[in-house]
Amino acid sequence: MTIFVDIGSLDDIPRQGARVVRTAQGCVAVFRTADDQVFALEDRCPHKGGPLSEGIVHGTSVTCPLHNWVFDMNSGAAQGADEGQVRTYATKVQQGRILIDATLIRASRAA
Amino acid sequence: MSAILIPKKKLVVIGAGMASGRLLEQLFEAAPDAWDVTLFNTEPRGNYNRLMLSPVLSGEKTYQQIVTHDEAWYGAHGVDCRFGEPVVRIDRERRIVHSNSGGVPYDALVIATGSAPFIIPVPGKTLPGVVTYRDLEDTQAMMDTGGKDAVVIGGGLLGLEAAAGMAARGARVTVIHLMGHLMERQLDPAAGYLLQKDLEKRGITVHCKGATKAILGTDRAEAVLLEDGTVYPADLVCMAVGIRPETRLATDAHLEVERGIVVDDALRTSDPHIFALGECVEHRGQVFGLVAPLYDQAKVLAKTLLDQQAVFAPVQTATKLKVTGCDLYSAGDFADAPGREDIVFRDPGRGIYKRLVLEDNRIIGVVMYGDTADGAWFYGLMKDGTDIGPMRDTLIFGPAFQGGAAPDPMAAVAALPPEAEICGCNGVCKGTIVNAVQGGAATLDAVRACTKASASCGTCTGLVQQVMALTLGITVAEAPAGLCKCTDHTHEDVRRLIRSMGLKSIPAVMQDLGWKTVGGCHSCRPALNYYLLAEWPLEYQDDRQSRFVNERNHANIQKDGTYSVVPRMWGGVTTPAELRAIADAAEKYNVPMVKVTGGQRIDLLGVKKEDLPHMWADLNDAGLVSGHAYSKGLRTVKTCVGSQFCRFGTQDSTGLGIRLEKLLWGSWTPHKVKLGVSGCPRNCAEATCKDVGVVCVDSGYQISVAGAAGMELKETEALATAATEDETVAIITAFVQLYREGARYLHRPYKWVARVGLDWVKDQIADPATRAALIERFEISQSVYRRDPWADLSTPSETPKWAPLADLTLEAAE
Repeated sequence: MTIFVDIGSLDDIPRQGARVVRTAQGCVAVFRTADDQVFALEDRCPHKGGPLSEGIVHGTSVTCPLHNWVFDMNSGAAQGADEGQVRTYATKVQQGRILIDATLIRASRAA
Repeated sequence: MSAILIPKKKLVVIGAGMASGRLLEQLFEAAPDAWDVTLFNTEPRGNYNRLMLSPVLSGEKTYQQIVTHDEAWYGAHGVDCRFGEPVVRIDRERRIVHSNSGGVPYDALVIATGSAPFIIPVPGKTLPGVVTYRDLEDTQAMMDTGGKDAVVIGGGLLGLEAAAGMAARGARVTVIHLMGHLMERQLDPAAGYLLQKDLEKRGITVHCKGATKAILGTDRAEAVLLEDGTVYPADLVCMAVGIRPETRLATDAHLEVERGIVVDDALRTSDPHIFALGECVEHRGQVFGLVAPLYDQAKVLAKTLLDQQAVFAPVQTATKLKVTGCDLYSAGDFADAPGREDIVFRDPGRGIYKRLVLEDNRIIGVVMYGDTADGAWFYGLMKDGTDIGPMRDTLIFGPAFQGGAAPDPMAAVAALPPEAEICGCNGVCKGTIVNAVQGGAATLDAVRACTKASASCGTCTGLVQQVMALTLGITVAEAPAGLCKCTDHTHEDVRRLIRSMGLKSIPAVMQDLGWKTVGGCHSCRPALNYYLLAEWPLEYQDDRQSRFVNERNHANIQKDGTYSVVPRMWGGVTTPAELRAIADAAEKYNVPMVKVTGGQRIDLLGVKKEDLPHMWADLNDAGLVSGHAYSKGLRTVKTCVGSQFCRFGTQDSTGLGIRLEKLLWGSWTPHKVKLGVSGCPRNCAEATCKDVGVVCVDSGYQISVAGAAGMELKETEALATAATEDETVAIITAFVQLYREGARYLHRPYKWVARVGLDWVKDQIADPATRAALIERFEISQSVYRRDPWADLSTPSETPKWAPLADLTLEAAE
């Protein structure tokens, strides 16, 4: 069973926007869609390392700000002709709080 | 359920090359169930792009990348593949094709045996280490020559490709050519000489007028001996002296064979059940070596096999040749003969040579070396038999020098070889696009999705569309492209409907105009945001989340995710206090690079996102505001010192520049806008390549617009002359507003002016009532937007939003 940790309020992230969570494995981008779904993706485009957290969010996709690679936030897979994958992390929203997969902490402890 | 199975007719194809491959594609596409196909091939593999063996040899491509039909393709079409199984005999009476493992009956037979390399009859020709350049085995043998000695016999196109490829693999290569200069069938001596020089520069030895006497060696090739006694060491010898149609099976079957297997216009041989196509055929006395006519044959034969009428009529093709790294072009006839004249252009320093052969004032031959850009144009004149008398004086300089005689853009694209790069950003060549279109990608978006061509900077979009049009065989009237893949409405339509339907938010536009996606995409959202704020400045609430990162964060993102900060310096003028504040900020936030920009201000590069609001607050304290170096909006007004200090200055160009910048700053525009104001025609502010430029003269101000100095380079065009500074400012304000209201998002003024016409722009600005209304609307918009975003975003409530939401590394430490 996944254990979750609280990282902040849903209102801390603008709709169709993102904020970054720092972890020992690198930054994780936490997105909020127009209909308040929350996704967490590795904040690093596999193409040239662009910060996905700064991309334009449309539907459940995000476009990398550097060279317009588009990722499906459900799977972390690049769309269209680009081939690439970013890690995704489990999230959930409870009473207006955003929770994220706590292994992100544990991994850092191990490190 | 029952079905009556009609036994399919049996088609046997001998040879799995490019021509028969295309035939099968056409056949399966038109009637997937018409024929049961058995495909024999001597090579132990299916169809690959033989034209791409050279890139495989030089290491630019792998074999896998040039496979046209893989196992899955043959499987999907139910082809019985007999690869590595040569046909030994055709029994015409009983209609059976025999290989060593038995017979296969046919209703129709297609011979596509291609061509065979010509082997010169010299002693040693059968030694191991002697290869030709025809198939993958030959290519692989040549790929292993790194550090060894290789001799290529034959200085034609194929031989030189082999030589260049082996040289690229690190072989010591010698080319032996019988004639006086290389590629004598395509090039004249002068161009042949330039080619030889280029090859020698790459370490390839060229020996012309060299007749091979023998290949020396006991167990395998060791050297090549020439008639003149010269000996070249050779671990590998490649014979590339020519090809001839491979007709042995047809001859044995007593079909009519001349130089090639004789076929009629429907590609039928002298036996009504047997057809032939490709390099093995002869049609009306002609044999074929280039791929284009072979593809035409495939199209015709597919129809013939489906009992449709079709006639093969070969068209003249130019040879746009490519010897790796050399640029050459030849077409037509260029032998010396009575009544023929030459126009020749030589630029020895750059290694450029162009020659046109004329007869009766018509071009009958073209040879070009070093610069072949105009080849397609000359070829068009030759093919059409155009009388070049009127333009003879400047003909050799190409279409750019012929008033109005614009080249047919399609001809240029048609002449491009498959490996020609179309999309520079993503390295997509013409062949890839053609394959995608033939694979079913019928729209620009589909081509973008499966090849990435035109998916980056987009400057190649026109070319990609032309390649698509050529491949589809139709003239694609440039269908008005939708704003993006989310909608079929054009930019112009969307703007018009926002106005007429009173749409005032992005969700409203998407709903009422029937957007096909939820939430749009990264192309349409920024465009809609701009159109809405330009249309409804007082009512529309800017949507930060629909802005590209730079505009959302009011700083330019860099490749490593840091940002650059550029404070405004009005007209490029600053003060010691401002410089001190910039220096302090640079030190305080450990800015790794401080750089002076081309727009007369200072760029602080490498700033972390969470530091941005703090740095802005510090700069604000010194009176500095955002320079909008990141925006589709007013960037800079570049000035010279003008009459205030310069001994040549005619007006106060610095003062005018500052006044313009203070008026225009903060405004959002379809794309960035840069101005320049020069105090005299010496034009030190380089005003004549800006979006708007002013050059001061004694009598007043010359205002010009629509320049460009980026991806394109273009001088501004005169818009108006003004007697006073006030009038100058009014004209420029009206121009900027007209651009804001009319241009497509991401079109700089020069693109917009090209669409609407400078005369129309002039008329609008010249009309006093229109000008005044434009200025009024601009001022209304500026009442909202003429403010510093840095001040708005560095407040105590905003600042925390620039930092990470959480830091789990800290929690771990606890």
